[in-house]
Amino acid sequence: MIAQFLYGGAGILLFALGLWSLLVHAPLLRKLIALNIMGAGVFHVFIAIAHRGDALPPDPVPHALVLTGIVVAVSATALALALNSRLEQGENEPEPASSPSPGPRIHMQPALSTEPSSKGATHP
Amino acid sequence: MNRDLSLLIGILVALLAVVLLWVFHSTLALDPGQRLASLAMERLPETGVSNPVTAVLLNYRAYDTLLELGVLLAALLGIWSLGPPRPGFQRAGPALAAMVDWVVPLAILTGGYLLWVGGHAPGGAFQAGALLGAAGVIMRLAGHANAGLPSETWQRWLVVLGAGVFTLTGLLLAFTGYGFLTYPPGQAKWLILLIETAATLAIGVTLAAAYVGGRPQPTAPPPPPLVTSASAEADR
Amino acid sequence: MTTDSLILPIALPLLGALLATALPRIAPLLGVLTAALTAMSGLWLTGLVWVSGDLSIVLGGWGLPLGIGLSADGLSAALLAMSSLVGLGISVYALGYFSGSERGLHFWPLWLLLWTALNGVFLAADLFNLYVMLELLGLSAAALGALTGSRDAVSANLRYLLVGLLGSITYLLGVALIYTAYGTLDIGLLSERVEPSALVSTSLVLMTAGLALKAALFPLHFWLPPAHANAPAPVSAALSALVVKAAFYLILRLWTDLFATITDAGAAFILGALGAGAILWGSWRALRAERLKLLAAYSTVAQIGYLFLFFPLLQALPPGPARDDLFAACVLMAVTHGFAKAGFFLAAGLVQKKAGHDRIDELGGAAQSMPATTFSIALAGSALIGLPPSGSFIAKWVLMQSALETGQWWWLIVIALGTLLAAAYIFRVLSRAFGQEPTPQCFITDARAEIPALLLALASVALLGLAAGPIWSLLGFEGVQI
Repeated sequence: MIAQFLYGGAGILLFALGLWSLLVHAPLLRKLIALNIMGAGVFHVFIAIAHRGDALPPDPVPHALVLTGIVVAVSATALALALNSRLEQGENEPEPASSPSPGPRIHMQPALSTEPSSKGATHP
Repeated sequence: MNRDLSLLIGILVALLAVVLLWVFHSTLALDPGQRLASLAMERLPETGVSNPVTAVLLNYRAYDTLLELGVLLAALLGIWSLGPPRPGFQRAGPALAAMVDWVVPLAILTGGYLLWVGGHAPGGAFQAGALLGAAGVIMRLAGHANAGLPSETWQRWLVVLGAGVFTLTGLLLAFTGYGFLTYPPGQAKWLILLIETAATLAIGVTLAAAYVGGRPQPTAPPPPPLVTSASAEADR
Repeated sequence: MTTDSLILPIALPLLGALLATALPRIAPLLGVLTAALTAMSGLWLTGLVWVSGDLSIVLGGWGLPLGIGLSADGLSAALLAMSSLVGLGISVYALGYFSGSERGLHFWPLWLLLWTALNGVFLAADLFNLYVMLELLGLSAAALGALTGSRDAVSANLRYLLVGLLGSITYLLGVALIYTAYGTLDIGLLSERVEPSALVSTSLVLMTAGLALKAALFPLHFWLPPAHANAPAPVSAALSALVVKAAFYLILRLWTDLFATITDAGAAFILGALGAGAILWGSWRALRAERLKLLAAYSTVAQIGYLFLFFPLLQALPPGPARDDLFAACVLMAVTHGFAKAGFFLAAGLVQKKAGHDRIDELGGAAQSMPATTFSIALAGSALIGLPPSGSFIAKWVLMQSALETGQWWWLIVIALGTLLAAAYIFRVLSRAFGQEPTPQCFITDARAEIPALLLALASVALLGLAAGPIWSLLGFEGVQI
């Protein structure tokens, strides 16, 4: 049981670390890495609970769930990176002389200050 | 971000972690009770494969795996909708090119092995597909702008191959009276191998196409001139 | 074979999405054909549930708990009917909206994948399968929202994608904890087994929090307005009318089904209070919005709030006809909003296309030259306010009645304020539309695009208001008691 708790507990700690980093850091890449770390934490928990003592065979179901989860996480990460790279392209193309920025900042704190402005944004 | 606010978030998240750890610990101490493990092992001989994880992925919970192929496709379609890909990297030098000539066929061969071995040992469609995708990534890094992928028409058919064979098999089984994705006795092994082969190709092509990162172009753009700084490109 | 038809509303749009990916040239044709088939299969299933009661099937022939179950009860069937009709309307509208543009090519497969996931969520009976469905929903929704390619749209939908990922990972941790304790993922089996414990409460909190983020419950709604307002019109309609409903449906399912024995009044009050916050804040921001689509998006935030007001009252009422009425009213509210908001967004998209912008203050002439579209906005608006005879009028009536019965009078103030604010923001739009312009000669100017919007708005008022009874019988309850 100690082994499961250490492994699964490490997963919970990873989840918490990822959550903290996601909320605190603004650059998109850090947020994306934080989300992947959170996901890895949850996968750790699944792997830890697959083995519940030597009397029982290891449970293949959580293993399969983790494999499915990894593919889902890879897909989501790929799409997020592509959207981000599109944003950077848009940033660089109109003003090629502008200094390189550290990447778009996406605010995710549920603070009211992040309400979008209601400026007429339909015009390209 | 404001220092105080991030400290506050840190404290709250730490509290959450403590609660979760405590709950997890107290649950592990309980009797595991009824598990899926023994049932999954007991019925393993009927699944057509002897690797329990493959049995879960392609038989017990095949429906999840089908949708997971859908998720992969959704990501690729999203990437394609964002416009054409960026130009590829410059042509590899002789040392890298020689290595690529070795590594790519090896990756494809190993992928085939992993696909086959998945029936009775760790391996299977996703591992094999990941290797095919990696072969594509290596090719693009070495200057093949389209990562060795075929034309757009072929790419489109290949990326839907996995989910397509999967869904059609499922529906065919439903119409013949067995039920959606319920393999007839004795046929499971071959149906799973068929689905896995299609899925491997689809996953490999999808991953490589996602790495190329844009809608396939009718004709492969010529490689950029050698003056492009490799380090600037590698930053992407 | 009857239960096999449970798979059709999921397999058909999936197959259509695959074909539309492989054959981009005929994607619009394939898309509309698939939409018709999907809608038919969804309505057929709703009819089956109506006639013969709950349906369920375990895929793969392994039975529970090894296989993955699908099930349809009255709640699933009502939402499936909504997704079928609204989805069909959106598809017909999209055919005109995207005709001849390259974006349409990308729209169809992604939209069909989104529809697959939506129906998949409504029919799923397995907690992990729901996670995969939610991810498919989130990814295809974010990709669709970014289709315009504008900077605002891409950045808003990138945020939407990340928020969605955070929501589903949190949900998945809750699932992991449940699996640790009970060793199964099937909702039916779990609802028999769960007993009050710290672990079950923790996973309920995690799963609800993750889903509330996806349902844009105040104050977790910050991502919704920019994402919904910057998407192409058919996508906005799908996101606002259908996608947020999937997360709401799941919370309702968890609270009234899986964790029915665990939830308590305090927790339900928190959900109600957040709903109240959503109503007031969302309506206020809708009133202040300068753009029509942003107004519609904030109105979604407010309308989601109403749906969460039902939780403390459902918790307080003992099982019986009064609670059944309230539950049916909650479903009616969700479905009405689905039709009304889809109609509203589709009509707003037509106004935007015609005028080249959607700034409310400058709408005057453009809206008046499109009588059918303006009429759709007015009809959908009356359902958003909750005027009779719309479905939301009946729902709000039952809601207020239950609030009085359970002594929770404070919700009445919120409902009254929200309704006043909604009236204010809808009439603000309509007063611009009925400007001093010559009266147009013909009611409908562009049939293919205007009729779906009009029919959806009309359904929210007439179909669901005057004929709300079917929702009650679909859910297996006695008639409406007002």
